[in-house]
Amino acid sequence: MIEFTFWDILRNLLLAARWTILLSIVAFAGGTIAGLAILLLRISKRRWLRRAAEYYIGLFQGTPLLMQLFLLFFGLPLLGFRIEAWTAAVLGLTLCASAFLAEIWRGGVQSLPSGQWDAGSSLGLHYFTQLRLIILPQAFVITRAPTVGFLVQLIKSTALTSIIGFEELVRTSNAINNATFEPFTVYGLVALIYFVLCYPLTRYTKILELRAVNQH
Amino acid sequence: MGYTLDFGWLNGAVGMIARGAAMTIFLIAVTSVAGTILSIFGAAARRSRYPILRGAVGAYVELIRNTPFLVQLFFIFFGLPRLGIRLDPVIAAMLAMTLNMSAYTTEIVGSGLDAVPKGQKEAAAALGLQPWLIFIKIILPQALKVIFPALTSQIVIMMLESAVVSQIAVRELTYEADMLQARTFRAFETYFVITLVYLGMSIGLRRLLFAAGRRAIAGGMA
Repeated sequence: MIEFTFWDILRNLLLAARWTILLSIVAFAGGTIAGLAILLLRISKRRWLRRAAEYYIGLFQGTPLLMQLFLLFFGLPLLGFRIEAWTAAVLGLTLCASAFLAEIWRGGVQSLPSGQWDAGSSLGLHYFTQLRLIILPQAFVITRAPTVGFLVQLIKSTALTSIIGFEELVRTSNAINNATFEPFTVYGLVALIYFVLCYPLTRYTKILELRAVNQH
Repeated sequence: MGYTLDFGWLNGAVGMIARGAAMTIFLIAVTSVAGTILSIFGAAARRSRYPILRGAVGAYVELIRNTPFLVQLFFIFFGLPRLGIRLDPVIAAMLAMTLNMSAYTTEIVGSGLDAVPKGQKEAAAALGLQPWLIFIKIILPQALKVIFPALTSQIVIMMLESAVVSQIAVRELTYEADMLQARTFRAFETYFVITLVYLGMSIGLRRLLFAAGRRAIAGGMA
């Protein structure tokens, strides 16, 4: 049997944390792009498009992320895709993030006074130009705090991908725990690593919220 | 691409799914009640005169909110036996869910308490009510009225997150799904059906809580 010292455990956990960070970044980036598309549908002038986006968001917010991951992991091979844990993890978190981010940003867009749209129209701007130059920049500023807050939630959600076999922090910690029988140390350290990743972002959210309150 | 979906197994599986769903409902019912009560104490402690108490509750809230529920669950179920505290999976799940939820609802209840005008407390004091009676009869009902929607959302989120406790072999809905797919070899169909059950449960739970809340608020709550 190999002897694990405390530093061996910590070093292996930190190495695994790289995958947690990478997955969070990729899913957040993907979720931002897909979320913008959903947002466009959600605020569309066509009723059925709005309805479709509403159902999409409701579906992801009304079912467990674990089920979404399982469905992708077992469902995509049926459609002929060769799927690995990484693909299912990225896809699952991206889709889920897109639903949550679209809903957050919709709140921002709808909180803007309609005069902003009217002003854009009176300048003869096209719908998408209005969105790009006038509406979305303001909506993003308003919703910065909840967006960062969601990033924290996303980082924590990556832990679930260990269950479909993606080799990130929690899955590595399970393996280390099985080898060392030191669950208290191992899971304590894992919690600490997540805390170090998430807490600065949480603080940043608080600062953003305070700034928003002071501005008004 | 010769795969055809098959839901033939569903007939024999209704019992298992129902049992799993009942366990999930039981877990979330216990957690909602225990978590709400705990968070009332938490919110009160966070506004107490004692800095140590305020600091301890603050640290607890931040610690829980910045770590994944799955890790908290593993820490409680696998880590605590190291300290001689061995828990049954169901108890461990209830403990983890309650501790997790009350960290979020402590903030929610706290914002509700802050929303009650100060004059309410002063008026009650002027009528000669005891401090704890003022809190329970005057402040708390008004606070709960304000936070009811946020509390409802948090309970639904917790129910969805409870899928994770299948990982420590609590026989709830996701655990039964794992068992079913191992038996039927129809993983996609199984998780598809179970996802729909979750969707139905989250919509139903939200409706139920809102209906109950409206009635309680219309009736004056306390």
